[in-house]
Amino acid sequence: MSIDIEQFHGVFFDESDEHLDDMEQLLMSLDVESPDPEELNSIFRAAHSIKGGSGIFGFDALMNLTHVMENLLDKARNNEIAVTADIVNVLLETLDVLKDTLNAYRDETAIPQENIDERIKILNGVINEQSTDAALGDNGALPEISANIQSEGDPDESFGFFDDEPTSAGANSDDGFGFFDDEPIKEELSYNEQAKSECNEDDGFGFFDDEIPHISVASQTDASGSATTETIETETGEEEQGFGFFEDVPSARHINTTLETASSHNSQRAAKQPSSAATTDLHKTTNKSAASMPAKPVAKPSSKKGTVRESASIRVDTTKIDAMVNLVGELVITQSMLSMIGQEVEGQVGERLQLAIDELQRNTREIQESVMSMRMLPLTATFNRFPRLVRDLAGKLGKQVELVLQGGSTEIDKSLIEKIVDPLTHLVRNSIDHGIEMPDKRVAAGKPEKGTVILSAEQKGGSIIISIIDDGDGLHRNKILDKARSNGLAVSDDMPDAEVWQLIFQPGFSTAEAITDVSGRGVGMDVVRRNIESIGGRIDIESSAGEGSAFFIHLPLTLAIVDGMCVSVGKQIFVIPLLNIIESFQPTNQQLKTLGNDTVLYIRDQYWPLVPLYDFMEVEDAALSPTEGIVVLLESSKKRFGILVDALVGQQQVVIKSLEEHYRKVAGIAGATIMGDGKVALIIDADSIATTYTSSQIKELLS
Amino acid sequence: MSKHILVVDDSVSIRQMVEMTLKGAGYTVTTAQDGQEALDKCKSQQFNFVLTDQNMPRMDGLTLIKNLRGLGSYSKTPVVMLTTEAGDDMKAKGKAAGATGWMVKPFDPNKLLDVTKRVLG
Repeated sequence: MSIDIEQFHGVFFDESDEHLDDMEQLLMSLDVESPDPEELNSIFRAAHSIKGGSGIFGFDALMNLTHVMENLLDKARNNEIAVTADIVNVLLETLDVLKDTLNAYRDETAIPQENIDERIKILNGVINEQSTDAALGDNGALPEISANIQSEGDPDESFGFFDDEPTSAGANSDDGFGFFDDEPIKEELSYNEQAKSECNEDDGFGFFDDEIPHISVASQTDASGSATTETIETETGEEEQGFGFFEDVPSARHINTTLETASSHNSQRAAKQPSSAATTDLHKTTNKSAASMPAKPVAKPSSKKGTVRESASIRVDTTKIDAMVNLVGELVITQSMLSMIGQEVEGQVGERLQLAIDELQRNTREIQESVMSMRMLPLTATFNRFPRLVRDLAGKLGKQVELVLQGGSTEIDKSLIEKIVDPLTHLVRNSIDHGIEMPDKRVAAGKPEKGTVILSAEQKGGSIIISIIDDGDGLHRNKILDKARSNGLAVSDDMPDAEVWQLIFQPGFSTAEAITDVSGRGVGMDVVRRNIESIGGRIDIESSAGEGSAFFIHLPLTLAIVDGMCVSVGKQIFVIPLLNIIESFQPTNQQLKTLGNDTVLYIRDQYWPLVPLYDFMEVEDAALSPTEGIVVLLESSKKRFGILVDALVGQQQVVIKSLEEHYRKVAGIAGATIMGDGKVALIIDADSIATTYTSSQIKELLS
Repeated sequence: MSKHILVVDDSVSIRQMVEMTLKGAGYTVTTAQDGQEALDKCKSQQFNFVLTDQNMPRMDGLTLIKNLRGLGSYSKTPVVMLTTEAGDDMKAKGKAAGATGWMVKPFDPNKLLDVTKRVLG
């Protein structure tokens, strides 16, 4: 029969990806001074698995390279080679080539054969150089293993049964029934072969009734070797003498003779003990192996739980989950429609309906949470790519940097993870390139030689905060202001720090004196901010010159549902994401100042631009006077400002529907949602309002 | 009743391939991802044939075989070891552990079936 092997390629690629990532992480964390043998083993196993799989699936280039890598790792784990930082580097670079090769196979593009050949040469160089002392073993090992690989083509060589081995049969040429011949070689005897012989005898001669022939056969064998063996073969009806494993055929058939049978075997044997020297040995071996057995399984009791957990997970197509998220969104809307209607029903029926609706509401929320949690992934995988990046970068720049990862287990929506990688990479690169100083400069500044970059994530309420903190040189206010001026931006010397820091997000803004190999090319901070804002997040900076900088990325837990404050303006309802709201209040006349034709807020010794939403959204019948309405203070990544609304309606979770998809992008609006009464409400985009509200006061105050 | 085979390998792709191959030939197949899981499964049910990889986390193939041979009910079950190293050293170890035979990786599915047939009859 033919098997379509290609169907397993996808799984193999995924698996190999994981192995390569694991190897990378293990190599990164490997303590070169005193490598943990278990870690070396894990690295070896990963290489080994890739080699095995690539061999079976015919990815020869991958197999050849992993094979040499495996040789090196094998020597490392057997302490034949001392692992050095150089070797770790060579291995890491090899991983890169392996990744390229794997991707080439996956994308069916050209295999980087030159790189592979080069890596093989380098690796072999390392192996030979390192093990000159053990040159003999090395030279012996290489051809041997490659011979095994070649033997793939030779069907007769690629598997065997131990009974076939000349060694197992000793001097006897009749390999087939090695167990009899093996009996005199007591030390080498395994319980298995003893058992096999036992079983063969049993099958050949039956069970209880055959006790006597059984013994006689055994002793005969002791005495006269292969001649007897042939007799037994005839008796057991075997046709081919050459293959020992045929003995096992009956055993396979008899497998259902369970432990009970086995123990009765034992008692039989015990009874027979005096009559046969061979059986005595057997019994001894059995005891020995029985005694040594329990130790190992007991040693790892905790691992059992791990298995259970792993096998309890399934892979689901993300589109299925997306569809569910959508449906749950609809369910949330339907549920809030129901509760609105429910309020209109009076009397006893109304009460009962209300109870049922409350129940529905609770269940809906739980369904929503559990569906959302399905889309949530820990940031671990994202974080884990950074140690390598930091290591390479620091090495290239001649800096010493320690990366601290915190809160990797924080979970975040899958779609956000994909989009956060680039901005994070950029920020971490910046911290190392611009933030952390050269070791001598750090020492001169009284800091430890080794800089620290902390990458951490935590959940705070409905949002995730990812921070990139370094203890480097910090941002220099004056440099930034100078640069802003030379770029033609309107700045003033007494701007608050927070606003000065935001300047670095302007396009074309770089205060680095020289564009290095690492930073200053390609995407700038403006792209970072745009990317973060495109997923509903914002970025804050804290910094103090000479002490370091901290970048905080605030992200919503999910893109599909937002916690919002519903506000009314005229007859319209708008939703303001809670993430943006600082506070809401009814302003007094003292808090309102008039600047030219416009009104601004004066709160806590600060002027705040005030955006009347009715004006911005052109809503009629709204409260025109600020003292009659409510001011909601908003904080966006760009500015802080207040918006004037008529009243607060209430706080609720709303399902975000894209306005672009159904209509077009509207300035100041992030999307729309459907309220309980079936009406559409628009969701406010604070960032967009800050940049598009072009009233003269905004210009004046924001610039 | 079709023969029940336990396939032990830490590699998902190989496990799937072996599983499909054997199922395609009419065998019943159960899989385990390492020696420890295999041993646990063997304790609760009886397989007619165990095909195990050697290099695995938690418990390797040789240890599994030794442990299986220590279980009364597995004293005679054929156990074939999949290995990339088929040197005499590894064979001697396999034999000492009580394996029925060995099979070199990489292998092609037909060879796998061939070996399986010869073991199970």
